[in-house]
Amino acid sequence: MDPPFRAKRVLPGFTLSLGTTLLYLTLIVLIPVAALILKGAEIGPERFWRIVSSPRAVAAFRITLTAAAIATVFNAIYGLLMAWVLLRYEFRGKRILDALMDVPFALPTAVAGLSLTALFSANGWFGAVLHPAGIPVVYTIWGIALAMAFTSVPFVVRTVQPVLEDMDPALEQAAVTLGARPWAIFTRVVFPTILPAWLAGCTIAFARSLGEFGAIVFIAGNLPFQTEIAALLAFIRLEEFDYNGAAAIALVLLGFALVLLLVSNLLQYWAARYREDSR
Amino acid sequence: MAISISHLTKRFGQTDVLRGIDLGVEKGELVALLGPSGSGKTTLLKIIAGLEWPDSGRLVVDEADWLQLAAQDRRIGFVFQHYALFPHMSVRDNLAFGLTVRPRSARPAKAVIAAKVEELLHFLQISHLGDRYPAQLSGGQRQRVALGRALAIEPSILLLDEPFGALDAAIRRDLRRWLRGVHEATGSTTIFVTHDQEEAFELADRVVVMGEGQIAQIGDADAIHDHPATPFVARFMGATVELPVTMQSGRARADGLDLTVLPRRALPDGPAQVFARPEDIIPQPDPAGPWRIISRTSNGANLRLVLRHPDLGEAELDTPRRAVAADCMIADASMRLRIAFGTIFPGDRRNPAPASEPENIPQLEKTP
Ligand SMILES: Nc1ncnc2c1ncn2[C@@H]1O[C@H](COP(=O)(O)OP(=O)(O)OP(=O)(O)O)[C@@H](O)[C@H]1O
Ligand SMILES: [Mg+2]
Repeated sequence: MDPPFRAKRVLPGFTLSLGTTLLYLTLIVLIPVAALILKGAEIGPERFWRIVSSPRAVAAFRITLTAAAIATVFNAIYGLLMAWVLLRYEFRGKRILDALMDVPFALPTAVAGLSLTALFSANGWFGAVLHPAGIPVVYTIWGIALAMAFTSVPFVVRTVQPVLEDMDPALEQAAVTLGARPWAIFTRVVFPTILPAWLAGCTIAFARSLGEFGAIVFIAGNLPFQTEIAALLAFIRLEEFDYNGAAAIALVLLGFALVLLLVSNLLQYWAARYREDSR
Repeated sequence: MAISISHLTKRFGQTDVLRGIDLGVEKGELVALLGPSGSGKTTLLKIIAGLEWPDSGRLVVDEADWLQLAAQDRRIGFVFQHYALFPHMSVRDNLAFGLTVRPRSARPAKAVIAAKVEELLHFLQISHLGDRYPAQLSGGQRQRVALGRALAIEPSILLLDEPFGALDAAIRRDLRRWLRGVHEATGSTTIFVTHDQEEAFELADRVVVMGEGQIAQIGDADAIHDHPATPFVARFMGATVELPVTMQSGRARADGLDLTVLPRRALPDGPAQVFARPEDIIPQPDPAGPWRIISRTSNGANLRLVLRHPDLGEAELDTPRRAVAADCMIADASMRLRIAFGTIFPGDRRNPAPASEPENIPQLEKTP
């Protein structure tokens, strides 16, 4: 007798692996998020609103968003440039530079925070120059942005790099034979090709910056209303055994992250619309 | 425009990719570059386009030294092997690219560009596809768009790198005829690369056979087919059977081979080789013949026989299956072979004639 027909899967044991993956995802992503939402729901809308709209919380959100925006704009440009340089130029030490690009991923964020603080404090190597020039970094929003930029730049570089690498050189050559100058080739051929990846990288970098904690607390000074970030405020509330306060702030951060992911996906979908096959 | 290339060389690292190319192309001519993979065809095309630079040599187009000219200023239409259409632009924007990218002072008005694009779409017979993206087109349609994009800038010279390489046979034939029409309509000097002989001969006024970075022979289909200039060209044109012979006052001789129909050649007495196509070798049953059939396969219309000679080695040949003598073409049968058509080159197997120096090869003697 023939066994009953079953569609062939590409992966052997597909059902098992799918099951494991879903279980894992549920355990480490969905349940914590759900717990957070339930905790928040417990508070009730009125108290929730009072917590998140308190002047100190609003200031913390504003500072976090502003610094993350600064860091992301910086990384968007610098990360793109870095990916470009790493692929298009040959120079000594290129491999080392390429490997260094991953340091922010590997380095404990506290170590990053400590070394940045040491470098940029008034008597550090960079601070000794910047401070007298009237550009204080440590204990300002610039310090926060700096720490965020440091920890999130690999997201941009490492998402743009492979796409740039895979780009058919014939595209640029075709543009050259059609009379395009270097700037036109970049803006009209290269950049549109890497745009979806670049947007994705920037959004992840932004989301990562919103949540960064370890590197920032050292350099920020953590003055309420001035250099206190939202994640730290949640931490302080927790230390005060104010679970509701912590959960409410964390929920807002979660909301930001989800909106970002949504926006990122929409942008990527739009930027890659031409990939759609006709059906 | 007329192209004149002299002594062009190019190396990549340790490999000599072009080893002294001399080639002239007349205005309005359609020339095919034919050669095996890696022979430097694409490199030559890219040097003409300004996408690569030679190490030495000259490239002159209508008296102007093009090695002093940036690729952008050459007004070349280049069609890439895999089309290289801009994936994020619609067909219309792809076609318009060469015009919209011009500096403001030289750029035609928007309406003029749009009209030009419409005209091209019509000419390419893809009017209904203007708003699609390249990913939504078939291979043949992409090929047309790629050609249209190159034609939009009204190029002085059209260069095509294996334009039909990735298409199936039926579409190839269609597009071939269509490209010939395009060439006649635009009158632009055209060079195209291919490694398909049929395509080269059907389409081109002249065919340039390239091998290992050099031009082995230039000519039309008949000349290259009948009088290959070098063993390399002979092999490339399908003369895959190589047999050692002995020259004696201009005639080739060998045991068990009937070479009397081959014309005399002014070669010194001594060892030489005859190159022949499998279908130009006629087997003749002969109980005393030195050739033994060692294998026989059929493709329906033809028998493919492999024969062995105790001294000369093996020969492969095709013979019609319905021929009268086919019945006795069985394994182990004894045969003589008549070479109905072939080319003789000096040298023997261990000391072959130089493949890359056609000037060393004596010209074919005129038969009275
Ligand atoms: N950018 C490059 N760097 C190094 N070697 C190269 C480069 N481009 C081409 N080559 C080498 O030059 C030789 C000729 O290449 P080319 O592309 O001109 O051959 P071709 O005749 O077009 O072959 P095909 O029919 O396979 O396209 C090859 O051996 C190739 O490996
Ligand atoms: Mg090639």
